[in-house]
Amino acid sequence: MSSPGHDASTPRTYPPRPKAVYFYGTCLVDMFVPEAGMDAIALLEREGIRVIFPDNQTCCGQPAFTSGFPEEARRVVESQLDLFPGDYPIVVPSGSCAGMIRWHWEKVCAADPALKARAEAISARTYEFAEFLLHVLGFDRKDEGPATTVTLHTSCSARREMGTHLVGRELLARLDNVTLAHHDHESECCGFGGTFSLKHPDVSTAMVSDKVASLKATGCAQLVTADCGCMLNITQRAAREDQDAGRACPSLPGEHLATFLLRRTGGTPSGEQQ
Amino acid sequence: MSTPAQQSSGQPIAFVSAQALRARMHDAVNDPHLRQSFRGAMDFLMAKRAAQFPDQGELDSLRSLSESIRQYSLSRLPDLLEQLESNLTRNGVQVHWAETPEEANAIMLGIAQRHAAKLIVKGKSMVSEEIEFNHAMEAAGVGALESDMGEYIVQLAGEKPSHIIMPAIHQTKQQIAKLFAEHIPGVDYTDNVDALIQIGRRVLREKFEIADIGLSGVNFAVAETGTLCLVENEGNGRMCTTVPKVHIAITGIEKVVEKLEHVAPLFSILTRSATGQAVSTYFNMISGPRRGEDKDGPEEVHLVLLDNGRSQAYADEQLRKTLQCIRCGACMNHCPVYTRIGGHAYGTTYPGPIGKIVSPHMMGLEQTHLLPTASSLCGACGEVCPVKIPIPELLIRLRGEANSAPQANPAMVGQGAGYDPKISLLWKMWARLYARPATYRAFSWLATRFRALTPRQQSGWTAARTPLKPASRRLRDMVKDRR
Repeated sequence: MSSPGHDASTPRTYPPRPKAVYFYGTCLVDMFVPEAGMDAIALLEREGIRVIFPDNQTCCGQPAFTSGFPEEARRVVESQLDLFPGDYPIVVPSGSCAGMIRWHWEKVCAADPALKARAEAISARTYEFAEFLLHVLGFDRKDEGPATTVTLHTSCSARREMGTHLVGRELLARLDNVTLAHHDHESECCGFGGTFSLKHPDVSTAMVSDKVASLKATGCAQLVTADCGCMLNITQRAAREDQDAGRACPSLPGEHLATFLLRRTGGTPSGEQQ
Repeated sequence: MSTPAQQSSGQPIAFVSAQALRARMHDAVNDPHLRQSFRGAMDFLMAKRAAQFPDQGELDSLRSLSESIRQYSLSRLPDLLEQLESNLTRNGVQVHWAETPEEANAIMLGIAQRHAAKLIVKGKSMVSEEIEFNHAMEAAGVGALESDMGEYIVQLAGEKPSHIIMPAIHQTKQQIAKLFAEHIPGVDYTDNVDALIQIGRRVLREKFEIADIGLSGVNFAVAETGTLCLVENEGNGRMCTTVPKVHIAITGIEKVVEKLEHVAPLFSILTRSATGQAVSTYFNMISGPRRGEDKDGPEEVHLVLLDNGRSQAYADEQLRKTLQCIRCGACMNHCPVYTRIGGHAYGTTYPGPIGKIVSPHMMGLEQTHLLPTASSLCGACGEVCPVKIPIPELLIRLRGEANSAPQANPAMVGQGAGYDPKISLLWKMWARLYARPATYRAFSWLATRFRALTPRQQSGWTAARTPLKPASRRLRDMVKDRR
């Protein structure tokens, strides 16, 4: 989801390395891809950052907001405004949820000045995980993995709302044995769009099928992305194609950038721990 | 405020029922020829545009300047329209105001009948498409012939434009060859593009000579000087506005700018964004009918200013941004949805992202409320828009206008047209769940604990993907247990 009523092309200034961060896991990661959240937390902690996980976190309100239910979005956003009492950055392992908090919380709260002010104070210190890792923590660890070729999908929100489309590339470029294979129409949407994929399955399917074809055409070993919505859309489309074709091995496995970075740099992803 | 178009004659403007839209989208994505031709054409146009803007800084500042000019013009719209009218009148141009398509067509038919016109030859005008001008004239026995090559092809085929800049982009040269051979007397089938263009030119040249009236659109109307600016590539616009004895220009009320200086940056960003041209082949500035010693030019010039829902958009601060549009078509060239379904599937005069935000004002939300939902909100349109219309933001706003229960003083005709008590209730329940952390924790615990019970059929998701299944443990559980 992306809606530039702001200018994502203006470079953001980043704070100095903090002692602690709030980790806002997002509803999708909480219930569907928890290992991505765990691996992001592991990377932050390894850099010496204390990670606070507010237990009352639920959802950023994006599904209702983008579907045209601003009042429902506001109710959910309002329930989240108390979660970050300290003056620490808020790190979100998703470009679209980070974009929602950074640009749209204040919009859904606009009718109530007090609420809006609280939302704005949070927006200002909200960062997408990958940009935080690169620009605030200066992530630079030795690549300990074997040579491999991966392809990267950057979500539209990361690209056009958070302006962090180069972050993923740069992080991968710091891994000596990893080759990034670019795919055609790289900046094009994967067709997820939240409720769009449910409401317009024909067009959404056409978009994700094209995306899967472009990604596979690179001959990459796997897909890396910093957004779980796009990841589930792309990999589960690819899985369905595999199923329909009777392929036993996934032709396009994918994982969150955090998981990939952790494994490459000597950590053990949470999904691989015993 | 104008009401949505109710066309009385000819092909109706409004044919965007939700069911019809879904059916057309389905057919379009399953048409490999359409998919391939639009992908190719849009890739070509995107590359041409990109080549025009090698310097991101220059693009950023030109977009900001263009946005400012359009916003400034709109902020003074009532004044500028009055100034435009008085300066055009001073220049000898007759100005007419039309609230609806019917009024606009009636005005122009009146002019045609006064001159006993048999044939009107037309330059490219999307506003004339918007009001179904050709059908209205033909119903009254006046011929209306398109002279823009793309529009001519579309007219021969009995179709509507599939793109606002390149109306016949959906047609292959073979299809065009067939059309020409079938419809133009004495023409044999040839799919040689140069030959086809020469055939079209020859036919149209003859028509320019005998046409009673020339019709054109307007890209920019300059209030301070009373000048109508027309951007085109084929020269047919100049022919339409200079050869026939009468010239009628038609445009939306939003196209006015204050001064000539405001035209230059808009013109530059228009051609570069639209076709990737540094400048168009022709740029016409029309400041009135033929004067004493003039060797050519029409004896009579008219301007019809059309509202058709624009004042409804104008009345709302956020929706007003819709009217910043300079009709370059870059939003559709970059739209992943348009690329896959083409222009006809939308069922509106203006397709693509701009069509989704402007059509609801022209046609009402009753018929168009599904259009704003047909977007993944990827933001590619907003990113390339030369006047920085926040299209995704407006799509979200329109979704809200359509969804909410009908209100007493709606901002839009058809507000609440997409209201579904069941869907609204679902979102209320969703909000209740996610606004209460304890309830959400209970729900998410159950969903992960009993994930084996997750339905295998998940609405549109499983149409093409394996089903979603919650993880066995939530992130919050794993966080609690971490070492």
